[in-house]
Formats: sequence, structure tokens, C-alpha cells
Amino acid sequence: MDAADVDAHATALARGDLRCGARLITRIERGDEELVPLLQALYRRGGRAQVIGVTGPPGAGKSTLISRLVTVWRAQGHRVAVLAVDPSSPYTGGAVLGDRVRMAEHACDDGVCIRSMASRTHLGGLARSAGDALLVLEAMPWDVVLIETVGVGQNETEIVRHASVVVLVQTPMGGDDVQAAKAGITEIGDLFVVNKADHPQADATVRQLHDMIALAQRLHPERGWTPPVLKTQALTNDGIAELAIGIERCFAHLAAHPDDALRRGNARLRHRVGEVLRELLDRRLRTGGDTGIEPMLPALHRRASDPYSVAADLLARIG
Amino acid sequence: MSSPLKVIVSMIGLDGHTTGGEVVSMILRDAGIEVVYLGVNQTPEMIVRAAAQEDVDAIGISSHAANYSQIVELVELLRARGMADVPVICGGNVPRHTVDELLAQGVASVVLPGASSEHIVHTVRSLARRRAA
Repeated sequence: MDAADVDAHATALARGDLRCGARLITRIERGDEELVPLLQALYRRGGRAQVIGVTGPPGAGKSTLISRLVTVWRAQGHRVAVLAVDPSSPYTGGAVLGDRVRMAEHACDDGVCIRSMASRTHLGGLARSAGDALLVLEAMPWDVVLIETVGVGQNETEIVRHASVVVLVQTPMGGDDVQAAKAGITEIGDLFVVNKADHPQADATVRQLHDMIALAQRLHPERGWTPPVLKTQALTNDGIAELAIGIERCFAHLAAHPDDALRRGNARLRHRVGEVLRELLDRRLRTGGDTGIEPMLPALHRRASDPYSVAADLLARIG
Repeated sequence: MSSPLKVIVSMIGLDGHTTGGEVVSMILRDAGIEVVYLGVNQTPEMIVRAAAQEDVDAIGISSHAANYSQIVELVELLRARGMADVPVICGGNVPRHTVDELLAQGVASVVLPGASSEHIVHTVRSLARRRAA
């Protein structure tokens, strides 16, 4: 893509050209390397949207919750884009992407765009794709860009790191759910939401989350923001306004504490560069032909070499 | 793995019969296709907007309530929005004389009861806007 093309696309995106954005995201999902100059330009130009991540186990009610939040934001005059990431079948590579069903109330609103994205089983590639798709959305005149993932695995959880503020949605089942949530979640959650709060276990779950957060705060005293635990019932619209306010408060905190914002921004950037690098490496390995891993496989099979030596050799030659 | 096709599966209008759409969604998923499932209470407008935002390769309408005029409306709306290259495939209990009318009005294909999974997948794959590389 030459400079003129880059400019044309960037201008179209800035104007809010939805078809342009949608087609670019498709090309991003396909790993179209021609887009790199555009992605570079979009990153450098930056965007003004608030980027929010929402993750949690399947069935937590994320999509319904997001739909309600969108209603609140639309009432405030904000334009919202939602990137909804769902897992692909590891066996067939296909997927059923059903997030739109829960957000149908916004289907005819020009101020709302919803894009479903399947993980396509190449999880490293997913992180890179999602990051690039966010770049495209941030280049458009959305006020809020929200990325939703099903937090079933490390990678899906990693993706929400692209966001400035991360909302973790739990079901009130407590126990195993919260246990599963512990792995790395306290690191990235800025707000914890117990949805379906009419459930009898809701308060117990809230207490467990408070305990987890208190422990995390002791381990990381440098963190200025203490994640609140909120209760919601998305179907009856309970607690949604409070959640929106909580999110706003988190953004306000970041604006008022540039050191905190910088530390988090740097962590995001490290991850981001790592994602791009890992995918480049992976691609290099797979397509490197004579300079890739292929010529080294026979020696590995014979145990005349070992994976560590091969990796070091490749790194020296690639780098 | 080549890039998967992306296809909408939806009911249209007040047609509440979802089993066909759900079953076909799983058939397509099992064939390596990404299905954007829209569900019920979808107007042609909603479907077209979804098709644009999701940049889909085809639209599948599951029809069991004889609401053919809305399917035609969908085709016309796609054309009006510059998306005539996205084929609309209709599946359901469509009478044979209606099949001809629908095809004449721009529906790409009508899949009738008794069609095999292979036939459904083949129809979608062969008509889809973008060839899976």
C-alpha cells in the first residue's frame, strides 16, 4: 500500500466510512501484510476514543450488559463501536458468532457499530488481529470502542489488555468461577461486575472478589486505583448506570494520575509489540523455507540437535 | 488453514421458527464457516446493516412463515445500498412456484426441505461473494 492509498484510507476512516472500516478489518483478519503501512500510520496518528475491554466466563451476560451500557452512552450522545470476539471451533475452524443477538436494540442506530470476530484458532494471530482491528476503529469517529472477549483462556484475557479500562464480568456462582478468575485476572481488571445479581450467591461472590482485590492491592501498593466490585442485573437494567459511572471514574483517575496512566500504557505497549513480534516470528518460522525451521528438522529428529540450539540459531539468523 | 467465509444466518420479520436457522448455523460452523447468527425479529434494514458491519460473504435466510415479500425487500435493499454482490440464500418450506419467483427477484438460491448438509454447504460456498483462498 503506497502513501496515497494510506492517506485515502486514513481519511475515509476519519470521516467514519463504515464500509471502508469493515473491509479493512476483514483484511486484518486474513493477515493481509499489505496493510502494514496503513496500520503504522494509524498508530502514529492516534485516536481519541475511550477503549474499554469487557471479559468474563461464558454465560456471565457480557453481551446483554454491553448492550445496556451502549444505551446509557448513546443517551449521553456518544458514538460506540463494539468488537465482539468469540472462539472458533478448534476442530473445524468455523464459529457461530451470536453476540449481535443480545445487542439487537442498537441494530439500526448509526451511532453504534458491532463487529464480530472469531478467534480463528491462531491465538497469537488473534491478539494481533484484535489489536489491529482496534486501531482501525480508533481511527474512526467513535467516542467509545469496546472490545468484548470470552475469558476462557489466557489469550482471550490477553486481548483485553489493549483496552485502557477493563471490566471483568462474573456470574454469581462464586466458587470455581472466582477461582478460575484468579489466574492473572486481578492484574488486569479495573472494575469487577457480578451480573445476574438477583442470584442468592451474588453477595458471597462480591465478598470473594473484594478479598481477592484486597490481596492484590497489598501485593501491588503502587497501583493507585482500587477496583470496585459492582452488582448488576443486565436484563432488568439494574446497576448499569452505576457501572457507567464507575468506568467514567476510572478514566478520570487515569487523567488525574499521569504516572499511573503511563505505567499502564507502557505495559500495554510491551504486550502489543510482543504480539506483533511473536506473529512475525511465527510467520517467519512457517514460511522461512531454507532459512526457516525446515532444514533443521532432520537433525532434531535424529537428536543430533535440540530445540534450544535450533531456536538460538534461528534467533541469531533472523535478528 | 485458508481464511473462513463469513455468513449471516437469520430469520426475517415476525417468523419465529428458529430451529432451521440454528441447525444450519451448526452445519456451517462444522464446515469451517463463520456464522453471524442474528436470530429473530430482524427487519431487512437490520440484516443489511449487519451485513455491512460484518462484511459478510453471503446471507442465509431461514424461512418458515411465507414472508417472501420481506426476503425480496432484503434483496432490493442490498442492491440499493451497493451490496448486490452479497448473495441471499433462502432455506425453508418454500413452495416450488414461489422458488421461481424468488429466483426471478434476485434471490441467489432456494434450499428446500430434505437438502443434505453437503448440499447446504456447497450452495453457500459456491455462491459466496469471496472465494476462500
